[in-house]
Amino acid sequence: MWRAEAKAVPVKAAPGEAASVEAASVEAESGEAASVEAASVEAAPGQAAPVEAAWVAGGAIGRPVSRLWTLGLFRSELTITLRRWRTLALLGVLAAVPVLVGIAVKIETGDGSTAGQRGDGGAGPAFMAQITNNGLFLVFTALAATLPFLLPMAVGVVAGDAVAGEANSGTLRYLLVAPAGRTRLLLAKYATTVTFCLLATLVVAVSALAVGALLFPLGDLTTISGTRISLADGLVRALFIALAVTASLLGVAALGLFVSTLTNSGIAAMATTVGLLTTVQILDQIPQLHAIQPYLFSHYWLSFADLMREPVYWVELQKNLGLQAVYVAVFGSAAWARFTTKDVTA
Amino acid sequence: MDDDDESAEAALGAPGPADVDTVIHTHALTKRYRGGQLAVDGLDLAVPAGSVFGFLGPNGSGKTTTIRMLMGLIEPTSGTARVLGHPMPRASRAVLPHVGALIEGPALYGFLSGRDNLLRYDAADPTADPRTRRARVASALERVGMTAAAGKKAKAYSLGMKQRLGLAAALLQPRRLLVLDEPTNGLDPQGMREIRVLVRELAAEGTTVFLSSHLLDEIEQVCTHAAVMARGRLLTQGPVSDLAARARGRLVVTTPDAADAARVLKEQGVADVVVTEDRVTGEPADRELAELNEALVAAGVRVRGFGVERASLEDAFVALTGEGFDVAG
Repeated sequence: MWRAEAKAVPVKAAPGEAASVEAASVEAESGEAASVEAASVEAAPGQAAPVEAAWVAGGAIGRPVSRLWTLGLFRSELTITLRRWRTLALLGVLAAVPVLVGIAVKIETGDGSTAGQRGDGGAGPAFMAQITNNGLFLVFTALAATLPFLLPMAVGVVAGDAVAGEANSGTLRYLLVAPAGRTRLLLAKYATTVTFCLLATLVVAVSALAVGALLFPLGDLTTISGTRISLADGLVRALFIALAVTASLLGVAALGLFVSTLTNSGIAAMATTVGLLTTVQILDQIPQLHAIQPYLFSHYWLSFADLMREPVYWVELQKNLGLQAVYVAVFGSAAWARFTTKDVTA
Repeated sequence: MDDDDESAEAALGAPGPADVDTVIHTHALTKRYRGGQLAVDGLDLAVPAGSVFGFLGPNGSGKTTTIRMLMGLIEPTSGTARVLGHPMPRASRAVLPHVGALIEGPALYGFLSGRDNLLRYDAADPTADPRTRRARVASALERVGMTAAAGKKAKAYSLGMKQRLGLAAALLQPRRLLVLDEPTNGLDPQGMREIRVLVRELAAEGTTVFLSSHLLDEIEQVCTHAAVMARGRLLTQGPVSDLAARARGRLVVTTPDAADAARVLKEQGVADVVVTEDRVTGEPADRELAELNEALVAAGVRVRGFGVERASLEDAFVALTGEGFDVAG
């Protein structure tokens, strides 16, 4: 059957095309590889033509590399991640947070008082007090409540498991001999983790919006600066806040992916990432360490609230984005350097 | 650069001179792990195109490390490996789409069905056409007899079923080389027979099969060539018939007069004569066997059976290593 397929390829017309496909794929891997090819070819003058025919009939020509292939790998990666029970459980927990906060606020304010005004003196997350006036504030409250720990922990679990989990189950070696290509596989995995960051944030935001709309009135809202903005404007700001929260998680995602390339145990990678996250959060709270705090990836996380000022206060938001970019660059490179040179023995 | 490469390949053919007929060619391939342990030591392996190549050796002899180096999973400490005429691991992306592999047992996503596992692995191959993906997965499942169980989650599979699915993953595309590490592990005798049939079919289609196994008789049944490794070094390689021939066949005489027969055979120059009940065996000298039989009959020995037992690969292995092959590796 395969023979027939191979014969069906017009060998006469093939060599140019085949060679270009071959050259292109070699080139794509590394310039060095291509030059090695050329050298080995030169070392073989008088090579018999039938060999070329066999190489061509063997299938190089029948299998051009699809341009959208990386996208296909990313889609496969994303599907796999989202079909894991663990991922769904994490998203479920994230979706439950706004529900709990919403119900708690509703019960607490059932007598007409405002949340956070009784007893504990408003120690809850930001925006908590405004929820009863406007359900949209539940979105901000829920994001402020999940960003310090729950969201980054979920990201740490997904990122930490990305490479190490596959190494642990042995599926990594089959992806690599497919061959997925180490750089592309890593990129697909980082893109998947970033998508998860966005998805997790949106799950919190959408759940909060639904609960907020259900339990509290919606309408014009007051910014931190005291000005009034319309509900539509408020929704747009909520979307930007969700994006700012997603961006805040990119550093943790890169860190988790790097840790994931260091070990063959998914559990160890997840635990290390979440451990690092906790440590950084603690360091960020110790006043004596203020000198290093601006370099901790979580330091500017709550700057997303500045999007609710009128006009928007950009300084800390920009610092946050810059800091996340540095973390992505540093740990992304480290993950790449490690993963592309690592011996896959699992 | 690109154009030079292209015209050169078209005119000369891609593989180097040593690789015209060899699908796998290693030169002084060595792997020393970080702990200092020498896993593979100066391996010179040559796997002829179109062969079914048996890769033998006890546990820890370096077979899997060798296979991992050939597949670009680990970097050799020194030496070179060429697969399909191209250097590994450098040319991984050009070579590996033509190679199907089953390495150290199957690995599957337990929460996915068998079919979804294959779809996943196919999506990782840059040369796999997404439009034909489902059809190719279906035919690979068919080929290993897993169509009926394809919808079940992989974690519910028996080891044999996982093994079959791993094989199916190696058969998603037409391959020029199949690397199968212990492909019959976990299979029942019927399954083993099916794998042997499959390997022969694939070989008949022109695929080179590189097969590691601890079952010597299996290697003997399907392989045309074999290599034997021990302690990281290659002991021998060549056609199976040559390897077996190196351990010479033994003369076997079945007779009720065993003692007489042994005496006569010794007189006739047969070495290493061993008597076990009514069987007398020995190393025949270089002479016409009919004359030996004539001498036996002339001496009044009643001969029930007379012949030469062909040497098995196991005899060859014992002769090579001076030890038995009672290892599962």
